[in-house]
Amino acid sequence: MLCCICKEKEATVHLTQIAGDKMQKVDLCEECAKHKGVNDPAGFSLADLLLGLGASQELETATGGAESKCPKCGFTQADFKKAGRLGCSDCYVTFAEGLEGLLKTMHKGTRHVGKVPVSLQQTRDLSERLKTLQKKLTKAVEEENFEQAALLRDEIKQMTSKLGNLATP
Amino acid sequence: MTPMNIHEFLIPPAESARRKGPHDRIVMSSRVRLARNVKNAAFPGWAKKPERVRILEMIRPAIEGLPEMKSAFSESMDNLSTLDKQILVERHLISREHAAKSAGSGLVLNREESLCVMINEEDHLRMQALRPGLQLKQAWVAIDQADTALEKKLDYAFSTDVGYLTACPTNLGTGIRVSAMLHLPGLVLAEQINPIIQSVNKLGLAVRGLYGEGTEALGNVFQVSNQMTLGETETAIVERLDKVLSQIIEHEENARDTLLEKKPKMVYNHIGRAYGILANAHSISSKETMNLLSLMRLGMDLGLFPGSDRSLTDELFILTQPAHLQKQYSEKLSAEERDLLRSDMLREHLRNVSRPISKPAGSGGAALDKPNK
Repeated sequence: MLCCICKEKEATVHLTQIAGDKMQKVDLCEECAKHKGVNDPAGFSLADLLLGLGASQELETATGGAESKCPKCGFTQADFKKAGRLGCSDCYVTFAEGLEGLLKTMHKGTRHVGKVPVSLQQTRDLSERLKTLQKKLTKAVEEENFEQAALLRDEIKQMTSKLGNLATP
Repeated sequence: MTPMNIHEFLIPPAESARRKGPHDRIVMSSRVRLARNVKNAAFPGWAKKPERVRILEMIRPAIEGLPEMKSAFSESMDNLSTLDKQILVERHLISREHAAKSAGSGLVLNREESLCVMINEEDHLRMQALRPGLQLKQAWVAIDQADTALEKKLDYAFSTDVGYLTACPTNLGTGIRVSAMLHLPGLVLAEQINPIIQSVNKLGLAVRGLYGEGTEALGNVFQVSNQMTLGETETAIVERLDKVLSQIIEHEENARDTLLEKKPKMVYNHIGRAYGILANAHSISSKETMNLLSLMRLGMDLGLFPGSDRSLTDELFILTQPAHLQKQYSEKLSAEERDLLRSDMLREHLRNVSRPISKPAGSGGAALDKPNK
């Protein structure tokens, strides 16, 4: 097995990291291992290493080797290979396909479950409530409960305008 | 805001070293950092200078307007000298990467040094809450609050699917990095540090040296932090790290107890020699100083220096670093000159500290070390 960094020498250092239910493996030759600080426990972290290695390869496979370019900022896959960082927030859309595999190996999941900006959260909550109200309205009309239907219609109207205000600050 | 000398703004080392926090015997400080970017702009590493300047001018007033940032230090990085930036690195307030920045990047730091925002480092915003001792939850609450206040003024790049969008995919999602700086001389002396680091790594946490990524563990100081930022909530990450840290603290305390019980001579030998060199040397490097101060700090914790406490070693930890030392002299010093002046400073500060006692109250320190089983 060849070293996955220099791809020249025989790999003699094999590292495995298990995070949750995922296993990550890296095979290095002695020289590259030393260079990457594998023997220095404080300076070494497998994720840093994996990132430098895996990222560009993942992107390459996803784009079939063809050069894809972010329409917003002009960042290319080759740039990512060089920098290990993306050009702008739209790059996440441009390179979404290639990034997915990378994110899977790097993180606990591929969907955000943490903090959401308050304004977005409000929009989310309002549209949820709007959906419920609309269901209620349909039901009220079906049951010919027109008095309630009228009330619901007013409430929906109010909420829709609120939602419109939030969307265009 | 009036321009001001950063050196005058910073909390004096003696005072800084006296700040207290829970478990500060072992946990030197806690930090929670959030990475954020604004919409419709290239990330700092890819943006051209005019765009970086535009972003800085947009973000800086928003941060200065935070209630926590009243009478803060706020400056563009090109107005700070290389030495000033190095001092900020030595105080762990900015990253080495940020110290290399110039026009188009900035820094806003509050009086208490508990909230520090780097503008246009790797991301448009890197904001961090800092606390002495083990206070991860408090730091998270503080930074969460600042972030919530900022999102009203800045339009963050956010995706409902993958969260806060960051320049590096390693920070994607929550953009959170929760970390603590640990002083672990017991585990190092007991040769238990490597297995501990390996098991911490297996939990998906990183262990790094004193100055973060890619640095060595000088002075037995290690940084433990989360690696994964996506697919988990911020509080889950904070709680997981908190648990792991409590275990490391326990291991360190156990290692110290065991060492004192089984190999007191080895421990006293290390501490006594550290004191001997620090208090008597006439030339000493920064690296050797940190490693020896670490042992002396352990001696303080073990009660071998009656009348002195950790605040002395912690102050010297700051004062003896290259940029802090250089700052006291107007002419540019060579490394050799710094080594001489560093030893002068150490002798002066340790003048009134008596040599360590070898038998702390309540323990049989005279016995010979037991050979290994």
